[in-house]
Amino acid sequence: MSSFAEAYTWINFRFLLEGLWVTVEVSLVSIILSFIIGSALGIVRYIRAPFISTIVGIIIDLTRNLPLLLLLFFTYFGLPKVGIRMDPLAAAISAMTVFESAMIAEIIRSGIQAVDTGQMEGARACGLTYWQALRVVVLPQALRKMIPPLVSQFISLIKDTSLATIIVLPELLYRAQIIYGQNTRYMIPMFVALAVMYFVVCYALSLVAARLEKTAG
Amino acid sequence: MISVFQQHWQELLVGFGNTLLCSVIALFFSLIIGSTFAIFEVLPSRFLHILGRVYIEVFRNIPLLVIGMFFYAVVPQYVVSINGFTAGTIGLTLYTSAFIAETVRAGIQAVDEGQMEGARANGLTFMQAMWQIVLPQAFRYVIPPLGNQFINMVKNSSVLAFVAGFDLMYQGDLIASTTFDTFNTYIAVGILYLIITLPLSYYMRYLEKKMG
Repeated sequence: MSSFAEAYTWINFRFLLEGLWVTVEVSLVSIILSFIIGSALGIVRYIRAPFISTIVGIIIDLTRNLPLLLLLFFTYFGLPKVGIRMDPLAAAISAMTVFESAMIAEIIRSGIQAVDTGQMEGARACGLTYWQALRVVVLPQALRKMIPPLVSQFISLIKDTSLATIIVLPELLYRAQIIYGQNTRYMIPMFVALAVMYFVVCYALSLVAARLEKTAG
Repeated sequence: MISVFQQHWQELLVGFGNTLLCSVIALFFSLIIGSTFAIFEVLPSRFLHILGRVYIEVFRNIPLLVIGMFFYAVVPQYVVSINGFTAGTIGLTLYTSAFIAETVRAGIQAVDEGQMEGARANGLTFMQAMWQIVLPQAFRYVIPPLGNQFINMVKNSSVLAFVAGFDLMYQGDLIASTTFDTFNTYIAVGILYLIITLPLSYYMRYLEKKMG
């Protein structure tokens, strides 16, 4: 047990917290960007515009079915070969945004499709244009259905930021590895700290979401 | 990119096989563990209910990589020596079982309550009714989401690369770091992942449409 007392010094703790901040930062930026891009792509896929919806659909399906880790490697190690260089932070955010946008687009599309077609038809019959009906009638109903899958996707995203440790992004896991790299006795204390920190962030988000779902529904 | 396949098909094939093997093993065990905890959640016992909840929430809210590295770095030092493939597969199993538990629980709850009541009224015990009446029906509901979990599992198995699990991602990384042709190697690896995940993903969408 003494290893816990030794490992949890203020210096180590602060070092980890700085990592947690990087994790939260990368997550927040990626969540916001991928929500915007994903919603746009999801709607484009839903409206079945000739040609463009098909292309968008293919890109979404290809991206969604690849491991995020591969996209991360490709962005950081592969793209410099064709002249696109990024620092770890930009590479992590780019790879996560591309991957999560595809995941979110799929959630948005299936959420809209789950709304009864009668809603759209009724709204059109009442004289609304297609876009008005989509925006005022269909989307608000769809959004309520999307909250649970969207939140689990965001939680996945937060957890997945740990993958960026491989491209030397100084996030939580990376910093924990540095600390236990100095002394292997700190290993268990560090894994406990990691588990607790990730758990607190992710579980808190799922609690907020459960509340949101109750008030929205 | 074609030259990557031509020169390194053996390494890639080993990785492809290991990724599939790890995913299938993890699927098998996480189905067993996940279903068990799902049943805990619908049992009348308060203790088992809480146990199931804690297990699911813990493994759902901690990154797979942290779980995998724990088995790779900590367990061999203090418990038994296991290789990277085993450590990664155990991590993947525990992580996925929490998601499968949630999926199966939703499936059990989607089965009409009258089924359980009817079975009990006919003299079956709770466990008999669960095994013979409710679970078979629940599994029909959960096949599409389980298929999606399997796709996630194939993708998530790439964390074996962190723990020297000789999976597709690890082999790809190895090739990339010897040939320095990172761009084409990762595209080749991506194609191999898509060969597994893309057909499955379309099939699951087809099943969802057919059942929904």
